[in-house]
Amino acid sequence: MDAVAELLAAPAADPMVPRIVRVRKRTRDLPGTVTLELESADDAPLPRYRPGQFTMMYVFGVGEIPVSISGDASDPSRLVQTVRSVGAVSEAVTLLRPGDLLGLRGPFGTAWPTEELVGQDVVVVAGGLGLAPLRPSIYHLLANRAQFGKVVLLYGTRSPEEILYRRQLESWRRRLDVDLEVTVDHAGGDWRGHVGVVTRLIPKLAIDMHHATALVCGPEVMMRFTAAGLHDIGMPESAIWVSIERNMKCAVGLCGHCQFAGMFACKDGAVVRYDRVRRLMGLKEI
Amino acid sequence: MEGLERILAEHRLFAGLGQEFIDLAAGCAKNTRFNADEYLFHAEEPADWIYLVRHGRVALEVAAPGRGAVQFETVGEHEIVGLTWLLPPYRWGYDARALELTRALALDARCLRDKCEADHHLGYALLKRFLPVLVQRLQATRFQMLDVYGRGR
Repeated sequence: MDAVAELLAAPAADPMVPRIVRVRKRTRDLPGTVTLELESADDAPLPRYRPGQFTMMYVFGVGEIPVSISGDASDPSRLVQTVRSVGAVSEAVTLLRPGDLLGLRGPFGTAWPTEELVGQDVVVVAGGLGLAPLRPSIYHLLANRAQFGKVVLLYGTRSPEEILYRRQLESWRRRLDVDLEVTVDHAGGDWRGHVGVVTRLIPKLAIDMHHATALVCGPEVMMRFTAAGLHDIGMPESAIWVSIERNMKCAVGLCGHCQFAGMFACKDGAVVRYDRVRRLMGLKEI
Repeated sequence: MEGLERILAEHRLFAGLGQEFIDLAAGCAKNTRFNADEYLFHAEEPADWIYLVRHGRVALEVAAPGRGAVQFETVGEHEIVGLTWLLPPYRWGYDARALELTRALALDARCLRDKCEADHHLGYALLKRFLPVLVQRLQATRFQMLDVYGRGR
């Protein structure tokens, strides 16, 4: 029995055992960043997930990494994930081509509080590749638009050339029921949009701060600045949700690699309420 | 003049400022407009004006070798173009270009400085308005320098 067949024969219920999936489509979003559309390579359907969850992707002979799910959770036929090449395994994932097989565990982790958003104004703040784990929640907000008050999307990234899902952002911006602003840290002379850090957009928010929730994802420094900016204009820290990223290995809270003080980022996160982690996020030791 | 006082009082920077100070500042103000791609000022020129943007958007940019103009910040409605007026040598360190039709209230910096020297209460009140903007921009600059999007997620 070869290695792949052995994996296929393993009990599916064991969260430590990967199942086999196949790359159906590969989209190069940015240099070094791709979105993979995965399909089942066995008889089992693809796993269902909630917005904000992640999976562990295993490239045979290279290694395993956590990857955010970036697709539409209401579509069970596709599992869409976006990854940036920052190391050996993530580089191997970005080099996968349609038809290639890989191992997959999960989904794991907590989700964005989509049920709690009903009746609320919702502010989604994404930084860089942090837009990927937020995209499932954006799909949810837009598909169920009537359930929410104002919906505001703020996206910040390094430059106009590094805007993730650019066409989709442009399409969302054309909607009349969503306020969407994109800002970049610097730009050439031909850029007509905002320039400046994403937190500069926060004071301009016209939402009901007492009935609003914020979903924030991006580099940790950006999330801390953003949460502070939201708090400064009256949003309670308990209404701000962030996605923490640590060195996730087992993804089920056993190995301790992603320990975050008294919690495990893989099991108790990645999505957490900001007031529960604010002090921890400021500690250099963690 | 009454119109300028009202416009000044409605700008976020001056909101809540005492009427006597609004009246003093309005004496240094005039309405301005810039078409898209028109420059408000260029680097090295004297910083003679402060622009309180009422409508539109202005790019602050510097020339970088091989890259042309690099925008490092855009300033929009209810924001300010020009903090250099506060400190000697009162000279711009960057170019400011309207990205779209931009209307602003321009305050004569020399006039305002003279009034602040003559009336320190006005000077202190204005300083308390301008310093938070300086601090916000300093913090934003630190954030940009960290280049947080360059790695990780």
